[in-house]
Amino acid sequence: MEDLNSVYNDLIMEHSMNSYNKRNLENADFSEIGHNPNCGDEITLEVKLNGDKIEDMAFSGHGCAISQASTSIMIDTLRGKTIEEAKEIIKTFIEMIKRETTDEEELKKLEDAIAFRNVANMPARVKCALLAWHTMEDMLNKKANNGKGNIDCCH
Amino acid sequence: MDVEQIKKDFPILENRKIAYLDNGATTQKPTEVIRALEEYYEKNNANPHRGAYTLSIEATELYENTRTKIAKFINAKHREEIIFSKNATESLNLLAYSYGMNNLKQDDEIVISIMEHHSNLVPWQKVAKTTGSKLNYMYINDKFELSDEEIEKKITDKTKIVGITHVSNVLGTINNVKKIIQYAHKKGAIVIVDAAQSIPHMKIDVQDLDADFLVFSGHKMLAPLGIGVLYGKKELLNKMTPFLMGGDMIEYVYEQETTFAELPNKFEAGTQNVEGVIGLGAAIDYIQNIGYDKIQELEKEVVSYAKKELSKLNFLTLYLTPNEENHSSVISFNINGVHPHDVASILDSVGVCVRSGNHCAQPLMRFLGIDSTCRASFYFYNTKDDVDRLVSGLNKAYEMFKKYINI
Repeated sequence: MEDLNSVYNDLIMEHSMNSYNKRNLENADFSEIGHNPNCGDEITLEVKLNGDKIEDMAFSGHGCAISQASTSIMIDTLRGKTIEEAKEIIKTFIEMIKRETTDEEELKKLEDAIAFRNVANMPARVKCALLAWHTMEDMLNKKANNGKGNIDCCH
Repeated sequence: MDVEQIKKDFPILENRKIAYLDNGATTQKPTEVIRALEEYYEKNNANPHRGAYTLSIEATELYENTRTKIAKFINAKHREEIIFSKNATESLNLLAYSYGMNNLKQDDEIVISIMEHHSNLVPWQKVAKTTGSKLNYMYINDKFELSDEEIEKKITDKTKIVGITHVSNVLGTINNVKKIIQYAHKKGAIVIVDAAQSIPHMKIDVQDLDADFLVFSGHKMLAPLGIGVLYGKKELLNKMTPFLMGGDMIEYVYEQETTFAELPNKFEAGTQNVEGVIGLGAAIDYIQNIGYDKIQELEKEVVSYAKKELSKLNFLTLYLTPNEENHSSVISFNINGVHPHDVASILDSVGVCVRSGNHCAQPLMRFLGIDSTCRASFYFYNTKDDVDRLVSGLNKAYEMFKKYINI
């Protein structure tokens, strides 16, 4: 019950139900669909780059409160970051949810996304929290390399 | 015999103190079934059909006697019409490969309903693609039922196979399979009945239905996981080629050629799940001991109560037919504006187990214009207290979400 209340908090509820990040981007450079076939959740992430910086992001789709809020908060966290910083943050988020890191200093870089830390105690919901982050990770690893922009520069 | 007494037969319900409302996914097991497995391993375990020693012969007898028991249970004419499989899914795949692939050709039609589980849908897509036949759907009306007009419109002279679920795993709709079978036979099609969601709750008589094939899983009717049944009319099974090849399904094996065993062994390659078969036998004994009449009486009481209580919640949408006689023990619902996964997590936190998601029925969800539902599925051991816990959990979920809901 404690985990449940800490996960379904105001921040997460607001993002899940009324997100300002749920819209379409004009002139998006990349988009990627993330799908969880077990529960039917599906999101589309759109990214606009400026050099190696994530200038803007948005999402569309449907899913549970945790997957929707996680997507929206991820967008807030990654907006304005470089590709390399974004990759690091994604890695840390995934490690937090999988209980592979509890280093407070490390977790600070997640900003608001730290609100999801107790999802680690709700195994049935781990996939919901990770959907957007895995989708973004895939986009950065695969498509971005072949697309326009110079984002392969930072390796 | 009341429900509180019956509940004592199910150790997990005592041990976990949960309101278990996911019986459409799998049922809990009574002590009799659990003991039967123990006893088999303590006293009778050997590989059936293999050894010339007493123990193996005993194991063979237990295995084969259960086949006879199942034949009687569903009133099959011949015991060799009962084929053991892993589950309903494997039984349906066997039919798709051994019957569908060999009997369909370009422009033939396969007809299934929009409420099929993926297991009675995806294999037919494969058959249709491979053979050039067409896969057509019977759609449901606004009462979540198949109308006679729809059945008669979709089953045509070109239809060779009709696949139909007896009870929908999402809507609980009971389909009039007897009528569908009669009509399909008039048109020259064979009918495959998916009884996975019906046989736990109602008496099945394959001869009365005149079903050509009928499949079910043991684990949804008190038996262990991993054991299923395919019933088929002998003359049809005899004409079919084997599905899986290997030990025990052969007669003579040469370097380049093999002749196959007679029914039922022809379709049972490799060492079988004897433990599962024994457990299924014990589950059938348990069901027959209580009796389908009693099972239906107990379920009716709890399901009617659930419908009444859930209807009072004005924040809920229910997906079920208003015709009580066409509805089984499954109730799908949504809290308007809240995702079923979130609802299920909150119910879980108060010890109520329901399923949430698309229930392996994505085409049905798309047809209904929704992504997913919560599903409470009942069995005869569920109590009104389970329903009260469900309702109180739903109220709690609504309270948590209501100020954020944006419909």
